[in-house]
Amino acid sequence: MIKKILIAIGALAMPALAPAYAQGAPATAELNVQNIVERASAAAYYQGKDGRANVHMSILDSQGRERTRDFTILRTDIGDVDNGEQRFYVLFNRPADISKTAFLVWKRADANDDRWLYLPALDLVKRIAPSDERTSFVGSHFFYEDVSGRSPNEDNHAIEEVTDAYYVVKSTPKDPKSVEFASYKNWIHKASFIPVKTEYYDASGEVYRTYTASVVETIDGRPTVVESIMADTRIGGETRMSYGDVAYDLNLPDDIFSERYLRTPPRRYLR
Amino acid sequence: MACRRVLIGVVAATLAMAAFAHAQEPPLPTGLAPEPQSKQDHKGKDEPALPAGLGQPTEPALPSGLGPTSTATPDRRAGNDTNGFVMPFGLTGFVESRIGARIVEDPTQKTLSIAEVRAQFERDFETDLATFRFVGDFLYDGVKDDLGVDLETGRGFFDLREANVVVRPVDFLDIKAGRQILTWGVGDLYFINDLFAKDFRSFFIGRDDEYLKAPSDAIRISTFNNFANVEFVYVPRFDADRSITGERISYFNPALGRIAGRDAIIDADTPDAWFSDDEFAGRAYRNIGAFEAAIYGYAGYWKTPEGQTPAGRPFHPRLAVFGASLRGPLQGGLVTAEFGHYLSRDDLGGDNPLIRNSETRFLVGYEREVGEELTASVQYIAEVTSDYDALTGALPTGAPSPDRVRQVVTFRLTKMMLNQNLTLSGFNFWSPNERDGYFRFRAAYKLSDAWLAESGGNIFYGARKNTFFGQFEDNTNLFVGLRRSF
Repeated sequence: MIKKILIAIGALAMPALAPAYAQGAPATAELNVQNIVERASAAAYYQGKDGRANVHMSILDSQGRERTRDFTILRTDIGDVDNGEQRFYVLFNRPADISKTAFLVWKRADANDDRWLYLPALDLVKRIAPSDERTSFVGSHFFYEDVSGRSPNEDNHAIEEVTDAYYVVKSTPKDPKSVEFASYKNWIHKASFIPVKTEYYDASGEVYRTYTASVVETIDGRPTVVESIMADTRIGGETRMSYGDVAYDLNLPDDIFSERYLRTPPRRYLR
Repeated sequence: MACRRVLIGVVAATLAMAAFAHAQEPPLPTGLAPEPQSKQDHKGKDEPALPAGLGQPTEPALPSGLGPTSTATPDRRAGNDTNGFVMPFGLTGFVESRIGARIVEDPTQKTLSIAEVRAQFERDFETDLATFRFVGDFLYDGVKDDLGVDLETGRGFFDLREANVVVRPVDFLDIKAGRQILTWGVGDLYFINDLFAKDFRSFFIGRDDEYLKAPSDAIRISTFNNFANVEFVYVPRFDADRSITGERISYFNPALGRIAGRDAIIDADTPDAWFSDDEFAGRAYRNIGAFEAAIYGYAGYWKTPEGQTPAGRPFHPRLAVFGASLRGPLQGGLVTAEFGHYLSRDDLGGDNPLIRNSETRFLVGYEREVGEELTASVQYIAEVTSDYDALTGALPTGAPSPDRVRQVVTFRLTKMMLNQNLTLSGFNFWSPNERDGYFRFRAAYKLSDAWLAESGGNIFYGARKNTFFGQFEDNTNLFVGLRRSF
């Protein structure tokens, strides 16, 4: 009996699905492009309800000189809502001159992020004025926005191509004056929704900035980019960012992301 | 450069080729359906290779999920040290050398304003119950004649910056006890409710900004709850500011009626009895939306010797302060506001000209990004004498009356360049009523992750010799420094 019902449901569903296949992806894709981009954003920035990683950055300038940054990052998604508000706590370990400097970000949905920096030598909790999200994060080729995520609502998205492995999405900014790119193209892995490659184009349509996810690992059942590269021909050089000791769903208390823990690092969650 | 142009050319050519190829394709539906072999070929160039862990692009269809393929990857654990040199025993810190000179003749001081080699060592110890922290500076000071150590004033070859323990006996309580640096309030290089010890000597001669803060021997008790976090700081023995005494920085001496320096070093009577000459400070703070609000209180002494005994010896009169602050976003920038009422407890009537009057201090500030990695901020500061009429009425006949309100406007510009390796900053204090000011500028360049080169200046200017900044005119100096962090 149950089997018959299932077959009936299947038969009813088939005609509904068939046209989508027959006509190919564009119709479906166009319908769902916003959804694809939102899922990609969730896969890249909102895995689990919270998370932790030890990050190593290797910054190579145009002459191949290396600078490094090492920090631990804690993240929580407020209310465990994808593409919603988040809080980040970053504790720098190296280089030595910024060791024990802590950085706190409250990422807001519709307003500028709130950001604080704690300078231990001065015991100073310094609030940082809102700044262009598309400026370098700690001197690397990654922008603040590359680390914390760009809202899917800030661009218009269109499916350019659907391949075996990817949704290729072209995005153009709703407010072109607020960004340095004319458009960008994102190769989103169909199965995992991980953005594997992003190319940023200038007004003449040339690529000047390229993001590549070079290594993905499945951690706690969640596909996770554990190494990525950002190259920028305007600046020259590239930054390779590696994530180690990634963990999800640590049940980080919300109050970790407060002035108290800027002054006194939450060591048990940083290990 | 040529290489870069070639790269851009290659990328552009590749894109043009790809676009041409796409244009020639029949408008077949893309998607999961199989595609012509020719398209597969050029697509291989256009499309990124799947990273390790996401399968292989040549597979006709990827399994749902990520499939069984999981490439073993090397350990990319953060913290690989590329710094070369690491201190033993888990010590971190820096060694630096700084040298600077007056660019104005000062008959009361040496020409060298700073000439020192400093090594700072830092070590944290963590146990399950407590975190211990030690920071100490060894200093060879080529300007000072006397190298005897005094940990209270920071004199000598060793300056203990921190030696403290942090414990959390219950979840809502943090206790930090011992020698520590303490800071609160929202002013930028101007402090109203932060009455913890400062070191203006270091600030004026071009030491790193961290030395503006002198350590306090204190216990700090912080409690946390959802309504408001409340902190108390108890300093069992009064910590005076490391203020201008004439020893390294010349100043206007009203008794002598001229600029004085090493010929007239101020020897203030400083309260120093444990547990009776003590200080209390408190703060309650909470967030209100995106704003941070706080109220403050203090009971202790003026941090600089603002009183004079009838015999003429400077001393620290008693002081109580209460105030409040607010900080939050406004119009794409950050607004700050703070006030504090200073109650001069040894001159409550305000009619003793030998003791500083009570006053109300406030500031409003605004900071925002004005260009690419360029931040500007401005502050308006006022110090309003409380009992001005009583004060002027009590002055000896013929003595000049001070201004009722001292006003200061500060302006800061900070620019980062060269991948944030070069930081240029300028900070100017200017008092419209005293017609004097102080301009600090710095250029700091990170030669590498370990090495920092810095240069800067401290320019004092004023129309008169007896105003707050004007008196320091002869201390105008330039300096250079080199630091190796480890």
